[in-house]
Amino acid sequence: MDSNTDPLVIGQTTLSSRLFVGTGKYSSDSLISEVLKRSGAQVITVALRRMDFHSQVGNVTDYIPSGVQLLPNTSGARNAEEAVRIARLAKAAGCGNWIKIEVISDNKYLLPDGYETVKATEILAREGFVALPYISPDLMVAKRLVEAGAAAVMPLGAPIGTNRGLKTRELLRILIDEIPLPVIVDAGIGRPSHACEAMEMGAAACLLNTAIASAADPGLMAEAFGKAVSAGRQAYWAGLGGRQEYAQASSPLTGFLHE
Amino acid sequence: MSFYEQYLKYRDYDSAGCNPGSKTIERILGQDRLLPTDFLALLSPAAQPYLEAMAQKARRLTVQHFGKTILLYTPLYLSDYCSNQCQYCGFNVRNPLKRKQLSLEEVEEAARRIAATGLKHILILTGDARAISSPDYIADCAGVLRKYFTSIAIEVYAMTQEEYGQLVNAGVDGFTIYQETYNEEYYDLIHVSGPKKDYRFRLDAPERACRAGMRSVNIGALLGLDDWRRDGFFTGLHAHYLQNQYPAVEISLSLPRIRPHAGEFQPRCPVTDKQMVQFLLALRLFLPRAGITISTRENARFRDNLLSLGVTKMSAGSHTAVGAQIDKEENAGQFEISDPRNVAEMSAALRQMGYQPLYQDWQPIGDR
Repeated sequence: MDSNTDPLVIGQTTLSSRLFVGTGKYSSDSLISEVLKRSGAQVITVALRRMDFHSQVGNVTDYIPSGVQLLPNTSGARNAEEAVRIARLAKAAGCGNWIKIEVISDNKYLLPDGYETVKATEILAREGFVALPYISPDLMVAKRLVEAGAAAVMPLGAPIGTNRGLKTRELLRILIDEIPLPVIVDAGIGRPSHACEAMEMGAAACLLNTAIASAADPGLMAEAFGKAVSAGRQAYWAGLGGRQEYAQASSPLTGFLHE
Repeated sequence: MSFYEQYLKYRDYDSAGCNPGSKTIERILGQDRLLPTDFLALLSPAAQPYLEAMAQKARRLTVQHFGKTILLYTPLYLSDYCSNQCQYCGFNVRNPLKRKQLSLEEVEEAARRIAATGLKHILILTGDARAISSPDYIADCAGVLRKYFTSIAIEVYAMTQEEYGQLVNAGVDGFTIYQETYNEEYYDLIHVSGPKKDYRFRLDAPERACRAGMRSVNIGALLGLDDWRRDGFFTGLHAHYLQNQYPAVEISLSLPRIRPHAGEFQPRCPVTDKQMVQFLLALRLFLPRAGITISTRENARFRDNLLSLGVTKMSAGSHTAVGAQIDKEENAGQFEISDPRNVAEMSAALRQMGYQPLYQDWQPIGDR
């Protein structure tokens, strides 16, 4: 099993890397090209709110090589209407038709608004966007998103930027089991081992930003995440051994019953 | 519902006398979430030996939530006409200034010059003279500025919710107001006359701005007027209240220290650098997601050192006199600034310290 035989297909696009990265927190945008190169990531999310298309001092997109899929996000949107407007602005600005739908009206914990997210997804999918909604891992919201035409669902592992790992593990597992779309674990992944675990569980991909951007050596951490995601995916296909409650003794105590 | 109810609840707390033991401070430093009383403890003298530990945690939280980025903005003074007698302010109606208000043409010229630096965030300020710098005038100025900037914030006199709504419709998305001091009795004393004398109307202004649809709301106390621990505590408590009541609004705080100005007033409670740092760190630990602004009231060296302690926004290329951006200032301004670096110099300094200067962090999505 390798990336040639196990591609990730989102919309009409086939990806060989299952790691998505963000752009938001780097000390310099120039680090982004190194992160992409060393991680092997082929999808990168950018906040439209930070893109100045008339800037004389450059933009984050200057550091994203062609061939890398741009995933503009609707960061800043507090309801469906604002998310739709941002998505249309991004498309009009030449960012393509992929959109990560973030609808957050809670600035304290940055938890997504499922109801407004479904509404935005319905509108944008109908308009031809490849809609990737960011959600809390709620099965019923995810089912509504499938009906609404989402191309994938992006449940959080823990609140954005917390690096706490897969705190929503049991709910993620339900989504992976029940939703017939790629499940991309987004937010909360703080360590390569967290990403690896998500992939072992059967997640289609992982998206992360803070864990790389806040590392002492972002390039090296990006490389580590690239490997962790690949390793987790391999383990998923290899089939993890079952867990036993007790050790299996080589000299069983109840063997005499079978004599 | 108003923050005033919380103010009354805590008003008689002896914040200056609050001095928990070292064990309490250590326990608080190990917590993920802090209660108002924990915040008060971090402002206390007992927390002073723990400044480095607080700084390490504050830095980690800030990088985690905001990354190594600093949003840059610049102030634009539209008018220095004022009808208040605030003892600490250079715009005091009794101060013999030659007053000025920018025409819309002058606003446009200033906007052009500021926009040429690359900045996309601007903060517009006026004195408190609503007969001259009326909500209509401010809305007209916003109409000019929105051609050049993606974010327009106001720092003007307290208005009604309807007036804030009018400004939101005109393209204003950010709001700043300083309560100056939360000490109601002292507030009354230093605001000798004028509409600003109404403590409650000013105290509730951020809440009216939140209700009117402002995207970001910034509050603060003018450090030096009253005991910094007391005003610092109420500032944090106020921000905490607004965060809980209006979760869709980005709440941030400024930490202005009183500066020399045209007048004789001397702060009765000067705040040292060390105390300022303690306040900033306690705020960051209490409100990990709140923006924190340090303006050019502080000098370059101090600002550079505060950078890694929790700051998320800084002003650059600042002038506090009306007309300064178009070479038409006619007085010394509201107060003296301490960090004269222009936008390019500020950006270079940030990059050198391992931070990315952000010129834009908002894209208007309304019908502008």
